Amino acid sequence: MESFTIVSGTAAAIPLPNIDTDVIMPKQFLKGIDRSGLGEGAFHDLRFDAGGRERPDFILNRPGWRDAAFLVVGPNFGCGSSREHAVWGLKQRGVRALLGTSFAGIFFDNCARNGLLALTLDPATADALMEVAAGPEPARLTVDLTGCSIATADGRRWSFTIDAGRREALLHGRDHIATTLTRTGAIADFEAGHRMRTPWLP
Amino acid sequence: MPSPEPLFPHAPDRQGPRTLYDKLLDAHTVCSLDGEERLLYVDLHVMNEYTSPQAFTGLREAGRRPWRPSAQLAVVDHVNPTAPQRTEDVADESAAGQIRYLRRNCADFGIELIDLMDPRQGIEHVVVPDLGLAQPGMTILCGDSHTTTYGAFGALGYGIGTSEVEHVLATQTVVHRRLAPMRVILDGIAGDGVGAKDLIMAVIASLGADGAAGHAVEFAGAAIRALGMEGRMTVCNMAVECGARVALIAPDAITADYVRSRPRAPSGADWERATALWARFHSDEDAHFLREVRFDAAAVRPLVTWGTSPDQAVAVDGTVPDPGTEIDPTRRRAMVRALEYMGLAPGTPVRDIAIDHAFIGSCTNARIEDLRAVAGVAKGRRVAPGVRGMIVPGSGAVRRQAEAEGIDRVLIAAGFEWRQPGCSMCLAMNDDVLPDGARCASSTNRNFEGRQGRGARTHLMSPALVAASAIAGRLCDPRDLP
Repeated sequence: MESFTIVSGTAAAIPLPNIDTDVIMPKQFLKGIDRSGLGEGAFHDLRFDAGGRERPDFILNRPGWRDAAFLVVGPNFGCGSSREHAVWGLKQRGVRALLGTSFAGIFFDNCARNGLLALTLDPATADALMEVAAGPEPARLTVDLTGCSIATADGRRWSFTIDAGRREALLHGRDHIATTLTRTGAIADFEAGHRMRTPWLP
Repeated sequence: MPSPEPLFPHAPDRQGPRTLYDKLLDAHTVCSLDGEERLLYVDLHVMNEYTSPQAFTGLREAGRRPWRPSAQLAVVDHVNPTAPQRTEDVADESAAGQIRYLRRNCADFGIELIDLMDPRQGIEHVVVPDLGLAQPGMTILCGDSHTTTYGAFGALGYGIGTSEVEHVLATQTVVHRRLAPMRVILDGIAGDGVGAKDLIMAVIASLGADGAAGHAVEFAGAAIRALGMEGRMTVCNMAVECGARVALIAPDAITADYVRSRPRAPSGADWERATALWARFHSDEDAHFLREVRFDAAAVRPLVTWGTSPDQAVAVDGTVPDPGTEIDPTRRRAMVRALEYMGLAPGTPVRDIAIDHAFIGSCTNARIEDLRAVAGVAKGRRVAPGVRGMIVPGSGAVRRQAEAEGIDRVLIAAGFEWRQPGCSMCLAMNDDVLPDGARCASSTNRNFEGRQGRGARTHLMSPALVAASAIAGRLCDPRDLP
């Protein structure tokens, strides 16, 4: 998994609430058995109209925001389907962090497993960042996970808190399966007892 | 006096009254991890063809194997056609590729597969209860958000992404962060014409699309206890639409009656042991919930959604709301955008909204009770001219049961299509896709933009309301049909 330490880039505002994973990654991009081509799928139906023409008003189609590394998002971002394709697509587009007040549970976990930093911020910080990202000119941010801070190029600065375990895993790009497999003895012990208590289970 | 064998050997830290959710956690905790995280043992892992491929590839590339193949079950459901005649053919080559890869993975790793031509095939969350594999006290994970369905049995079920699918395959565990226990109590008795779908839609409309985020929600109260298992599954299934990561209903005699005699249910002496164990899976009387919300089920009316989020719902005898009356600017913007997408004007009576499609299907509402309700409305009536009415039973078992009861003949006589099982137009990953601008009365769970097809407009409601709307040609309460 890609690690996250200190990243700088442009921030784009997507302020609507309840942006679901169908919108982040439409169904026509879910038919593969690998992870290829999902950057093209990210926000596809917001980026292109039914005739395949770019919608010039969508933020990620506007000059200066096309390669945004950060999305400042509305509440409950990533709700709906569990499709991890949504996270893979955002990463393939170069999105490194999502800044908002709340994220849907499965999506939030999917972000953590892929090195995409989803930061749950207090409303005042999220509002301030939404204003920064809304323009009129593209603004650059630096997100520092080592020091737990977000800063603008002109020196404004906000701090954030993040769960210690999640932060460690992101900082070190940790493989969570390998971590769990250090505990195979405990799993096997538990399983033996559990299966004795419930022998009818598969 | 000897103390009885502890049911929860790994819970020395939690004394006193506990919630059902905490009992399920404690009964499956392999070990504690940092902070609020723990390693949970997974009793059953269910997979489908579209969220598992990259997990199997990851497993192969790392040179790993499934920890316990017998505790894995794979079902083809998301991409298969649902044409009335089932064949091996899947015209969409990428969909066929996903099915082929699932077959290969199941064959290579010794995992049971319910394949396209299997008479038991259907939507995973319908097939697992059909088989009797959803039982109280279990942990059941699946790469699908509607895995909350199993909470109807008093099992801990929730959806996971593909990375976690790979983790469960490799370790038979999941890293679980304890959620906040919450109780939603539905007091009273639901009125005539109000079903499980209306109850959960009322809860979602009240709490909001993220109203239960971060919570494990236990549903309780007289209106919940009065529901059969199909209705309870509808409630728990759709709880994810208000952000609940876990939904639960305490098991009772209705639960045991449903599981009994199914192919994979415990039998003989195991049945006695199992039911004794299940009886312990309920919240203790003084268990502490961080949040508690009460609803009066008698006050709930049949609901339909008007927007593009499942919480944007009004009574079928109401009107489309006016964003001008919404104080919160973020919600107001979302309402304006939803109305624009849905092609609706504020103040429009819901019953004036004309439809051209009606869809009965999905893991929310395609079980036998749902089809009985649809047949009850459709009997002796006809689908309106210009409306396409599709019935996609949740599974082969549901389809056969309906045919044994003559439900198929009632529905076909009324002008509905009687189709083969699958997820179908709930998410339109297969060839059941609505055209741009189509408007559909749907018994499904999500009305997101583009969910049933790019530019298509979805109105969520109960199966009975979908049937009535198909017949009226506009959104309709069955009680208003002539």
